[in-house]
Formats: sequence, C-alpha cells, structure tokens
Amino acid sequence: MMDTALFWKATVMIAAVVFTSSAGEVLTAAAMKSIGDLDEIRARSGLKGAIRAVVTCPFFSVGIFFMAVAFFALLFALNHLNLSLVGPAAASLTLVTNTIAAKFFLKERVDGRRWTAALLVCLGVYFLAH
Amino acid sequence: MSHPRLTLQQILILAFVSISTPLGDACLKRGMALLPPISLAHPLSLIGAVFTPWIALGIALLIGYFASYLTALSWADLTFVMPATAMGYVFMTLLAHFWLHEAVSWQRWLGVVLITAGAGYVTRGPANTTPPANFADALDAGHGVHPTRLNATIDQEAQ
Repeated sequence: MMDTALFWKATVMIAAVVFTSSAGEVLTAAAMKSIGDLDEIRARSGLKGAIRAVVTCPFFSVGIFFMAVAFFALLFALNHLNLSLVGPAAASLTLVTNTIAAKFFLKERVDGRRWTAALLVCLGVYFLAH
Repeated sequence: MSHPRLTLQQILILAFVSISTPLGDACLKRGMALLPPISLAHPLSLIGAVFTPWIALGIALLIGYFASYLTALSWADLTFVMPATAMGYVFMTLLAHFWLHEAVSWQRWLGVVLITAGAGYVTRGPANTTPPANFADALDAGHGVHPTRLNATIDQEAQ
C-alpha cells in the first residue's frame, strides 16, 4: 500500500508527464495538420523539403519544447517510480487529455467511435498495469 | 459510409510507431535503474544520463518512433493515431508471454483484448476528419501553412 506522501509525489510526477506530453503532442499534431501529407511533400520536393516544411513550422518548435520537458519529466519519474506504474498511468491519462484537446483545439470530429476506442484503450492499459 | 483505406505503407508506419515506443521506454527504464537516484537539486545529472548506453539506445528507438509518428500525424487525426498505435502494449505482453515465458494474469489478457478491440474499432473509421492542408503553398513559401490561413482558404473555396 502506497503511503500518502508517496501517493501525492507520484500524482504530481505523473501529472507533470501527462500535461507536458499532451501539450507537446497536440501542438505537434497542429503543426503536421497545417503542413499536410509528408509522403506527398517528400515525393514532390525530396526529404530535405519535407524536413524543411516540418522544422520551419512554429507550432512544431513549441511542441518539441513541451515534448522535451515531458521526456525529462518521464526520466525523473522513472528514477523514483516503477515503469509498471508510470508507463500505463501516463499513457492512459495522456490518451484522455489528448482526445479532449484534439476536439477543442484541433477541431477533430471526435465521434462515438473515437471516444469508445479511447476509453477501451484506457481501460485496457489499466488492466495491463495489474 | 466508405472511407479511404490505409495503404500498406501507412499500416507499416503505424506498426513501427506501436513497436518502437514500448521498446524505447523499456531501454530507458533499464538505463535509469542502473543510475543512482537523481534529485531535483542536481538536474544536470539527467543530461549525463542521456549518454549511457541503454538510454542512448532508448533515445535512438524513440527518434525512429518520432519520425514515423510525425508522418502518421500528417495524414491522420491525433485521435485516430493514438488508439491505433496502442497495439504496442499488446506486442509487449505477447513478447513477455511467448518469448520471455513470463506469467501473464487474466487481467493483463483482458487488457490486451480491450486494447485490440479499441484499436480495431477506431481503424475501421476515417483516419482524417479535418480538411487537408494546402501543402503546395507550404512548399512554395518554404514553411508550414498556419491554421488560420488554411481555414481562410477553405472558407474561400466553400464560397
């Protein structure tokens, strides 16, 4: 049984990973949506053109910044907590926050099918952790 | 309603995203477990950890994952890519059971079934529900199209 201090410590560490990775993933998705199909860009202007299209998009830079913060937050959490706790908890919670953020910020059509899939995966990750 | 089917290349990209993430995370965990506990008072120790072999291998796998993930996001929604690539957890469980001969509890098998159902269900729907970007303009300008500009283009086309 986890004591109260450790519970709150774990909650803060996992929340930091979830918030920063959600921000990073939504901003990166916004960047990729604004650029268009990378395979088509690569076919038209080569790998250099595709890389240039990605790295010069402002959303991408901010997204990468948040992903880098999320990475170090994950390393820090892994140094103090078990992977079997941090991995599934961060993954399933990020899935929910990303789905909400994608609906409101990316204007994706999150229908019943996508909510159902997100919740099934969330539940699945929860059971995998046991 | 029929939706454009994913090409073989797109399916392979989603599969690579699924496999490289759990492998990369496992390498990171192995690397971090070999290090002494790191406190917030010495954050630079985290930078040093990046150059240890297991963490470097984990980072290499995660770079491969990131390139594939970006490609997937360029032709599919975030809410499609996330459940579709959750199959990585299933691969890890199958590897643990059949290769490492680990005991897998019924709860974990239930988790595998739920994730497979979620991934299978979402991939039967459309991959992209937002309008395509005007990538030709992006190439001409040498950078991505800002979403507000993209929306303006769509509005003009609608009129």
